[in-house]
Amino acid sequence: MKCKRCKAAAEVHVRQHSSAFCRACFVVYFQRQVERAIHKQHMFSADEEVMVAVSGGKDSLALWDVLQVLGYRTVGLHLALGIGGYSTASTTRTEAFATERGLPLVVVHLEEEGCAIPQLAGFTNRPACAACGIAKRYYFDKLAFERGVSVLATGHNLDDEAARLLGNVLRWQVDHLAKQHPVLLPTHKRFVRKVKPLFRLSEYETAAYAFVRKIDYEVDECPNSSGATQLVYKDALNRIEAVMPGTKQNFLQDFLRLGYPVFARSVDSPPNSCSQCGMPAFAEVCSFCSLRREVDSKRARRATARRT
Amino acid sequence: MLITLLPQRRQLEISGRHRVAEVLRQLNLLPGTVMVIRGDELLTDRAIVEAEDSIEIRNVISGG
Repeated sequence: MKCKRCKAAAEVHVRQHSSAFCRACFVVYFQRQVERAIHKQHMFSADEEVMVAVSGGKDSLALWDVLQVLGYRTVGLHLALGIGGYSTASTTRTEAFATERGLPLVVVHLEEEGCAIPQLAGFTNRPACAACGIAKRYYFDKLAFERGVSVLATGHNLDDEAARLLGNVLRWQVDHLAKQHPVLLPTHKRFVRKVKPLFRLSEYETAAYAFVRKIDYEVDECPNSSGATQLVYKDALNRIEAVMPGTKQNFLQDFLRLGYPVFARSVDSPPNSCSQCGMPAFAEVCSFCSLRREVDSKRARRATARRT
Repeated sequence: MLITLLPQRRQLEISGRHRVAEVLRQLNLLPGTVMVIRGDELLTDRAIVEAEDSIEIRNVISGG
């Protein structure tokens, strides 16, 4: 297999484009894809500071690397989730990446905030992934607002977005489909713009980019992700993709072109402010304060039971 | 060939030389869901793996 650009031996096969690249040309191709996504979708401009949500995995570290190479001003945001050795290793890799490149990084330890994911899940009997999603959304919004940035970038890739789209379509979650876009504009004074610059690139491509750029990312998966619904959707899409390359890309791109404008018209009224923390909320209190309230009350009940 | 699967850290052996696509087929792995690595080199589906080679097959699909 030869590189599409320079005809040298190829290392990366990009099936959805029926192309292959050598190492050097793949890096150029990948960075151009990200830059094109940023410009075409008007994600942010060169004079804005971009907060990058970084987990320590391949996607977010690859994203941070590309944004740095492209010359954007970035600050990393890492949530240490408190999920045992997995979280410790993820935090170590994120901090090492930032230190090696001299990049600013904000780290928040959820354990110190009294809401490590095992605690949130354990006290509320919710699936860990549900509690994790609520906590992440809350801290991303809060910390981006407090930092004063106007944009928050996440490492969601083509596979993440196609799997999410499949899940939303299978359940016809109209309100979710109305918000499934690589650029989410703020609908509350404490929201910032949320963007997904990797939405055109597959999970294989982000992993290959991390590998050829020698990014030391966390290879282990979150122990809570075993059996996650998203993996079922990804598997279904990958089986189709193996027979019909380009399906995932067309599924997402055609939704954004044809479906999204229709669903976006049905968007709910903007959120109110949470009576507890002031962050956006669709009820009297936001999902995170409601979760914390549940944890605090269970914790107090257990403490009382232990004393009696 | 000696194969190390990540993140499971499991090792297995397949005899003979094969194209990467054939190795993946034998292991029931879909193309595009793993990276196949030999030393510092990424291998495409059409690359040949020699009987005496050691390769790493690293899962790229994450979820949760």
